Amino acid sequence: MRRYLAARLLQSLIVVLLVTTISFFLIRLAPGDPFSFGGDIAMSPTVREHLRAEFGYDRPLLEQFARFLGNVVRFRLGYSLSMHGYVGSVILDVLPRTLLLMGVALALSFAVGIGLGVLQAWRRNSWVDRALSSVLLVFYSLPDFWLALIVLLVFAYWLPIFPAGGMIDLIMHDYMPLGERILDVLHHLVLPAFTLTLLSAAGIARYQRSALLEVLPQDFVRTARAKGLGERTVVFRHALRNALLPIITLVGLMLPSLIGGAFFVEKVFSWPGMGYVAANAIAARDYDLVTGTVVVGGIMVTLGSIVADLLYAIADPRLGAR
Amino acid sequence: MPLLTHASAPADALGPLASASGRPAPSDPSVTARKRRRWPSALWWSLALITLLCSIALLAPALAPYAPNEQLDIIRLKSQPPSLAHPLGTDQYSRDLLSRMLFGARISLSVAMIAVCLSATIGTAYGLLAGYIGGVVDAVMMRVLDAFLAIPRVLLLIALLAMWSPVPLPMLIVIIGCTGWFEVSRLVRAEVLAVKQRDYILAARALGAPNARLLGRHVLPNILNPVLVAAALGVGNVIILEAGLSYLGVGAHAPTASWGSIFFDGSEAFQSTWWIALFPGLAIVMTVLAFNAFGTALRDTLDPHQLAGGSTRR
Repeated sequence: MRRYLAARLLQSLIVVLLVTTISFFLIRLAPGDPFSFGGDIAMSPTVREHLRAEFGYDRPLLEQFARFLGNVVRFRLGYSLSMHGYVGSVILDVLPRTLLLMGVALALSFAVGIGLGVLQAWRRNSWVDRALSSVLLVFYSLPDFWLALIVLLVFAYWLPIFPAGGMIDLIMHDYMPLGERILDVLHHLVLPAFTLTLLSAAGIARYQRSALLEVLPQDFVRTARAKGLGERTVVFRHALRNALLPIITLVGLMLPSLIGGAFFVEKVFSWPGMGYVAANAIAARDYDLVTGTVVVGGIMVTLGSIVADLLYAIADPRLGAR
Repeated sequence: MPLLTHASAPADALGPLASASGRPAPSDPSVTARKRRRWPSALWWSLALITLLCSIALLAPALAPYAPNEQLDIIRLKSQPPSLAHPLGTDQYSRDLLSRMLFGARISLSVAMIAVCLSATIGTAYGLLAGYIGGVVDAVMMRVLDAFLAIPRVLLLIALLAMWSPVPLPMLIVIIGCTGWFEVSRLVRAEVLAVKQRDYILAARALGAPNARLLGRHVLPNILNPVLVAAALGVGNVIILEAGLSYLGVGAHAPTASWGSIFFDGSEAFQSTWWIALFPGLAIVMTVLAFNAFGTALRDTLDPHQLAGGSTRR
């Protein structure tokens, strides 16, 4: 177990290094640098050269890369011109908000998705199963930004039940007692979390249904049936326990798409998290901030997949015994 | 004779969509051959819908009542809700939304299809090489792949496109295609590893077949099914992705009508002019639904593992 963990950590470290390398070179390969504005801003070549030299853009690419790596290790991700602060601290500011949104959405979508998938597998081939399959395929096919906008239109404008965006009530939040502040954040959280849940629960339910259907024809399930156990006990106590294992892997696999989805959902709902900040950074051509969010996003995904692997090792005694 | 369990109901007993995710399993040897050859109905309706959408895109110039970028009357026809003259309304520049949607179908569908072909090709080649060569090469190639997979694709694309913008359409297709092959190659590699162990590969090798022939004639044809399924599912994915990129302003550019850029036009004032955002979204949903249904139905029809699982696991 310990050796497995060590190997897994080393592997992830290499992956993080590669993520950093890739994001550095992909962005440096693009034409221009932060000081080429394409005619938007007039800048004399002398000033431009001076700025390039000051920020090290005139150095050989390999030296730039070495400096970049050294800085990333020390979590110095550069200075954000649009947010007027160090990229590291900007990201540390917004990261908890994204984690809050993603954590809630992840928990909700796994609860809903597993529930629906089990229901489908339990009542397999009934009208419930068929209807849910159709509905889930539709939800599986919805574009995230479009669903977000429709949800916003319906629940914030046509039926003004929920706030139209942001994370807190900008005017009143500071005057609220703690309990009300939490409620305020939750009130703002409902729509984006609901949207993300709708989107990812569909995929999880489809996965859970087929995982359970894969387990049901196996021998130990037949044994359980032969013992005379009821269908409910067979499905929930015997089959489901084994069919939950692949779902843990799904957590790790889903993280990249969830971060990507959160990107659009955050933008539509102006949820001030990493995706929202990155979207604004793109508009502002804030290179360091864009690179920083990509690197931190990659690290988050890698960490997530380690956690998923560890959970799997804990949940599956066959793997833990090794 | 295989026993019939709950999990192995015949495919055509399920509804059109349910059969897409249920697995077809022969229940009686006498009908096995006939049933195996019958394709699920989801395959037919999704294929019909895809054909319809493609022909609409191809025939857009003939079908569209106006030119996609024609500003009809900036004063009187600005932001008109759907009416008889303009079935889907007009946008804030007084352009006919129906015409823009029809022409947008060309961009959205062709970008998605070409990009997916590109990524399927790259992914197959990479996975084929990694799996076939094996050893250190495989290990290194897979770690690089892990790194690519760990970067959220949307973030990677947005970062790239933002740095390169404005990106011409062919370049956009290449960039989307080059960021979509990672999962395909992981899939292909796993298949290659399985196929490599088979006796017919050993036989071919014993007969002295060179590596190129082994790969091209024996390995490749046997791993193509999952690639086809992944490609079908990938088209839906890329349509959403392209639309999202256009929505962020880094995809198809301003006057060009793609479903994503029309949605972007509509999202600015969606409270008042909801139709500009609604219809491109519906078009995307319909198209993606068709491709996803096609992909899942294709998987159930083609996937040899599922067929094997359906007939031997009881």
